[in-house]
Amino acid sequence: MKSFKFIFFFLFFIFFNLNNVYGENAKVDEISKNLRCLICQGQSVYDSQSEFALSVKTLILNKLESGSSEKDIYDFLKSKYGNWIVYEPEFNNYTLILWILPLFLFIFGGFLIARKVIINRDKNETYK
Amino acid sequence: MRIRLSFIFLLILVLLITLIFYKSLFEEKNYIPKNINNKIENILIKEFNTDNNFLLKNLFDEKEELMAINIWASWCLPCREEHKYIQNLSRIDNLKLVGLNYKDKTKNAQKFLEDFGNPFDIILSDTDGTKSIFLGAYGVPETLILDSELKILKKYIGPIDSNIVGEIKNLAN
Repeated sequence: MKSFKFIFFFLFFIFFNLNNVYGENAKVDEISKNLRCLICQGQSVYDSQSEFALSVKTLILNKLESGSSEKDIYDFLKSKYGNWIVYEPEFNNYTLILWILPLFLFIFGGFLIARKVIINRDKNETYK
Repeated sequence: MRIRLSFIFLLILVLLITLIFYKSLFEEKNYIPKNINNKIENILIKEFNTDNNFLLKNLFDEKEELMAINIWASWCLPCREEHKYIQNLSRIDNLKLVGLNYKDKTKNAQKFLEDFGNPFDIILSDTDGTKSIFLGAYGVPETLILDSELKILKKYIGPIDSNIVGEIKNLAN
């Protein structure tokens, strides 16, 4: 009886996992993980169960089935909701500073360290 | 001298952060992008409770130049509150008032219309929510004002009030 129960729950578990409408399509998961759920900020569309997120997931599935590429879907959603919906900011005039600044700071930091090292080395040499 | 300089710097920093935080208290919390593509595709949407399908552009009558699409659902409580303002919208001339029933059960939606009245010229149905994505909508309630080229002129997220009704009236005239 115990094993029967176990098998029942096991099947129950598997059934509900496999029967997930979107779970069948790994591509939908992949795309929706890169999308920000706009009405439940802090969650991705993939994570969220809000009506908005569910609709977006259905839409992605429909678009994939009608032969749209991944890029088409991102572009479509961006045109509707702005760049904010994708997690990775696009490289354009608005995000230039965002992309360039870390690189600049990295180089600047490297320069500072190099200068410090050179100064210390000079000092050491004079004391020798 | 060095200490005083860093103190001034710190003071400015604290003031700046306080100012930013204070200003943010009154900011709209939902981010609404401005650089969206404002034109909607001429999509086919099913009519509520019938099997007819309509292209959005074909909904306009001869004289009408504006369309208000109100996204609503029977399970949405703010929709009940805004319903009287939707009724005000229906009295505006030259405005096509379209209801978009969002992820709803037909029975419940009909009950809603019986209880609160049906101000809409036509009701369309969005059973899986995908049509609302085409409209760039976030959820219910939401009201969009479109011109005859299906360009979004205004987008009101959340329930509308008498101020917004006035604004739409001005747009229509």
